[in-house]
Amino acid sequence: MSESSHAHAIHRDDFGARLGMWLFLVTEMVLFGGLFIAYSYMRSKYPAEFHHAGAELNATLGITNTLVLLTSSLTVVLAIVAIQRGDRRKTMAFLATTLGLGLVFLVIKSFEWATKFHHGLYPNSAHLATLPHGEQVFFGLYFTMTGLHGLHVIAGLSVLGYMLRMVAKGEITQDRYVHLENGGLYWHLVDVIWIFLLPLFYLAA
Amino acid sequence: MSTHATTVQPSYLEDTGARKGLMAWLTSTDHKRVGMLYLYSMISFFFVGVGIGFVMRLVQLTRFQNLITAETYNALFTVHGVIMIFLFVVPGLPAVFGNFFLPIMIGAKDVAFPRLNLASWYFYMSGAILAILSLFTGGGAPDTGWTFYVPFSMRTGTNVSLAVFAAFILGFSSMLTGINFITTIHRLRAPGMKWFRMPLFSWSLYATSWIQLLATPILAITLVLVILERAFGIGIFDPVKGGDPLLYQHLFWIYSHPAVYIMILPAMGAITEILPTFARRPIFGYKAIAFSSMSIAGVGSLVWAHHMFTSGLSSFSVMLFSLLTMIVAVPSAIKVFNWVSTLYKGSIDFQPPLLFALTFIFLFCIGGLTGVMQGALAINVHIHDTYFIVGHFHYVMFGGTGFAFFAALLYWFPKMFGKMYSKKAIYASWVPLFIGFNMLYFTMLVLGMMGMPRRYFHHLPQFNTGHEIATVGSWFLVLGLFMFFGTLVYASLKGEKAEDNPWGGVTLEWTIPSPPPVENFEEIPTITTDPYHFPQENEA
Repeated sequence: MSESSHAHAIHRDDFGARLGMWLFLVTEMVLFGGLFIAYSYMRSKYPAEFHHAGAELNATLGITNTLVLLTSSLTVVLAIVAIQRGDRRKTMAFLATTLGLGLVFLVIKSFEWATKFHHGLYPNSAHLATLPHGEQVFFGLYFTMTGLHGLHVIAGLSVLGYMLRMVAKGEITQDRYVHLENGGLYWHLVDVIWIFLLPLFYLAA
Repeated sequence: MSTHATTVQPSYLEDTGARKGLMAWLTSTDHKRVGMLYLYSMISFFFVGVGIGFVMRLVQLTRFQNLITAETYNALFTVHGVIMIFLFVVPGLPAVFGNFFLPIMIGAKDVAFPRLNLASWYFYMSGAILAILSLFTGGGAPDTGWTFYVPFSMRTGTNVSLAVFAAFILGFSSMLTGINFITTIHRLRAPGMKWFRMPLFSWSLYATSWIQLLATPILAITLVLVILERAFGIGIFDPVKGGDPLLYQHLFWIYSHPAVYIMILPAMGAITEILPTFARRPIFGYKAIAFSSMSIAGVGSLVWAHHMFTSGLSSFSVMLFSLLTMIVAVPSAIKVFNWVSTLYKGSIDFQPPLLFALTFIFLFCIGGLTGVMQGALAINVHIHDTYFIVGHFHYVMFGGTGFAFFAALLYWFPKMFGKMYSKKAIYASWVPLFIGFNMLYFTMLVLGMMGMPRRYFHHLPQFNTGHEIATVGSWFLVLGLFMFFGTLVYASLKGEKAEDNPWGGVTLEWTIPSPPPVENFEEIPTITTDPYHFPQENEA
């Protein structure tokens, strides 16, 4: 109760803002949850084909990308720590590093996709149609799930880019940084989802 | 609570900012104005849906069948469903009355995220415009039924992708509203407003918001998959590529059954506000109603496969889902008993909102009980995909949510507009509404039992009489709707000024002026009692 009357008094509610963000993250988890249901069902239907198709993916690149994203999650936390200490330059440097790492992830991802396309492994391709059913579904899910995740990476980068601008303009400061925290939370979500995607696809073999 | 003449704030209907007129409304983040934006847009779409329904009934009279082709009929029932469900019943009470009254009822000045709230309305309007565009562009209006079942929705040349994308956007709007309400209820309750001192409408919105949050993303991803199937042929639902159409049905109903409770819970909440006011008694079983809302939200999320009993699920699954379906009827029945007990020995003041609330209980009972019938496996197989289903869900959606919407509108109209409507005209409109409704939909229940399949353009001669009765019923219903809304539109323009508390209600919205001032309260109230604390004779 004391909390809610507090919220009235100051006309600003950082706790509420974070709560709203967490609720939004719940919806994102459920969104991917629908795909995880589809994946589990299909994998239980075609275990051997998933095993075989998983071998087509480049696990080294997958793990590299995981490390890239994990590092970027660290740098976003460091950016928040820096703003809490009032160090604007460091905040901006760490945010820029995060943005850079996100771009690296996307570049690696696009190389992977390009290789798959080159091998004729993409939805509706003539080559894919000759493969067993389970492998066709595997690649259907692979492109859907990594594609949707890729869109989330792009969304996250846009959000963090906007945060960088807000820090530069002095709209995010030592005592008003809930936006940056929320942007960071979103970026962690993007990271967490990837951590599920890695074993489901790259380590399926 | 009296207002001091010296510090009277302007009402929310007056433009106080730099912008005037329409622009002031389109850019306002005031929860009351956002609620009104929803009200006007929703009623407009509702009448589009009514018009389509009217035509569908008309062509079931054999002599008018030449008016449209069978293909157009398919498009009509699809669009009728999409408009009524995604543009009217799902946003329905939360978007209008939730936005307008939730902050006032819990003693707040606005929702937690006012700008996000306005953004939700813009998402809603974008979705609505896309849905309507899908009728006239691409390969023509979608003809899949509102359920967009694969494989047909993957193959049909009609404009399914755009319609599905529209539903995706509308889902997003609904989700954002849910996030906003949960945060508002957690963070902005007035001092002393403990959880069990909240009016029950807020409780029902709280339960609804959680379903919106947890179920809507599943619909979103399912619809995205349909678009991807159509655009790229990813094969997840396509049996030719190893996919499974049944997976679509599961994912679709994992959202769309809980969505039924998104539609009905706020309606039940509104009824729970109306009954104590006109019975001058505290609600019977406050906690039972609050917890039944939450348990409907919980159990209701586990019954989706009862839409799929004839699709070849294992006999164990269907038994399990049948049992769960029966169980979800229990908390709904608890509410009905509580409502009836609230009226018992109350000093009843009979007014239009109460009439519509009682009509809701009557129609909802028919809708609910026919729902339990369908939960029984043997009956389900017989009536699957017949007019019985159509009759049932119109009793729940229209007789339930629709009539509760009307009741809520009548109850809160004087507060929202600061005007009072002609009670006699409302009573008069009730007669054709009630007669027409039952002629139309009860006949459908009977037709379904006799074997009339749903979504058929032609029917066998033995169903002629039934279809004629239903169609005539639809005329009465439309007449009643015009009388009802005509009365309210007239009242909003030329009605007498309403008192601050015309019904003698005791929840917070009746303690402030009609229409409410911009900031709702001059001073945030401190709550010391239960929400339905009626002053006794000896106290007064």
